[in-house]
Amino acid sequence: MSSLAGDVGSDGATHWHEERRAIVVNAIGVGVAVAAYGVSFGAISVTGGLSVLQTQFLSALMFTGGSQFALVGVLIAGGGTISAVATSVMLGFRNAFYALAMAPVLQVHGLRRLAAAQLTIDESTAMAVGRSVEHDGGRASRLAFWATGLSVFVFWNIATLAGSIGANALGDPKIWGLDAAIPAGFIALVWPRLNDRRTWTIGLCAAAVALVLTPFLRPGVPVLLTAIVAVVAGVLAVRGKVEP
Amino acid sequence: MSATWWAVILATLGCYAAKLGGHSVPEHFLERPIVREISDALPIALLMALVAVQTFAVGQTLVLDARAAGLAAAVVALLLRAPFLVVVIVAAATAAVFRHLGWAL
Repeated sequence: MSSLAGDVGSDGATHWHEERRAIVVNAIGVGVAVAAYGVSFGAISVTGGLSVLQTQFLSALMFTGGSQFALVGVLIAGGGTISAVATSVMLGFRNAFYALAMAPVLQVHGLRRLAAAQLTIDESTAMAVGRSVEHDGGRASRLAFWATGLSVFVFWNIATLAGSIGANALGDPKIWGLDAAIPAGFIALVWPRLNDRRTWTIGLCAAAVALVLTPFLRPGVPVLLTAIVAVVAGVLAVRGKVEP
Repeated sequence: MSATWWAVILATLGCYAAKLGGHSVPEHFLERPIVREISDALPIALLMALVAVQTFAVGQTLVLDARAAGLAAAVVALLLRAPFLVVVIVAAATAAVFRHLGWAL
């Protein structure tokens, strides 16, 4: 991938033409892949009791899959507004870091900044930060960001609509095992992040804390309180780096 | 306006604020190591807590039902590097089959 973003030599124009094509093709590929999540999201949200309009509102305006699944998941479990909102927003906080990484490359202001913010998600950032900005001043990186962001936005929203309309025809979600689809979606989302002992420890501690607290607190609150596990893990990680 | 609409709108505003905030705040705030470490750990903790609760809880009661079989199937699918949609379908189908055969609620 990095070789694609390499030198712009004497045949720079041709090279850019080819590179531009590759970036756009990749962006469409990512959009198609993400559509699978979108269908699941639409179906789960509507079978869980949200309206088609509320479901589409989330895909168009919240537009960050993990937070959408979290909001709907907590609401379906009877978790109440505050827990659902807090869990969802905390999950969306990672996008602030993606934005921080993208801001110097994009250099946008005004309306374009508002649009760039909306498209700042896992996929657009991943496709953009993989490209060197030294050789071309960030041209390829910017295109990757916008193309991937727009592609995912379009496919995600079409897929959500397909899923939510399709789900209305299903009836009782339990017969189809759709209540099991929600935790399966979450484990699939977190799976790529569970890549060493530390991350597994954080994840399993959080799962244990949530289950232990479940009988004593309103649904949704135990999940929220596992943020403390993340804070403890963060503090320990920083200390470990200071005093090896 | 219903509670669900409030949740949908407030969470949407919060998530957008996070995105826009990152484009607007001075770099040094978010680049502090402690903020970065916590924000790396946060999605892992919250998502795994959601997995646990959505599999083993009904309201405030802990239960073992067909969703646990679904989760086990999802983990197997992930170990086999299945894509997202396959993982979700395998989990749902497994839970549905367990219920249909009367092996679990």
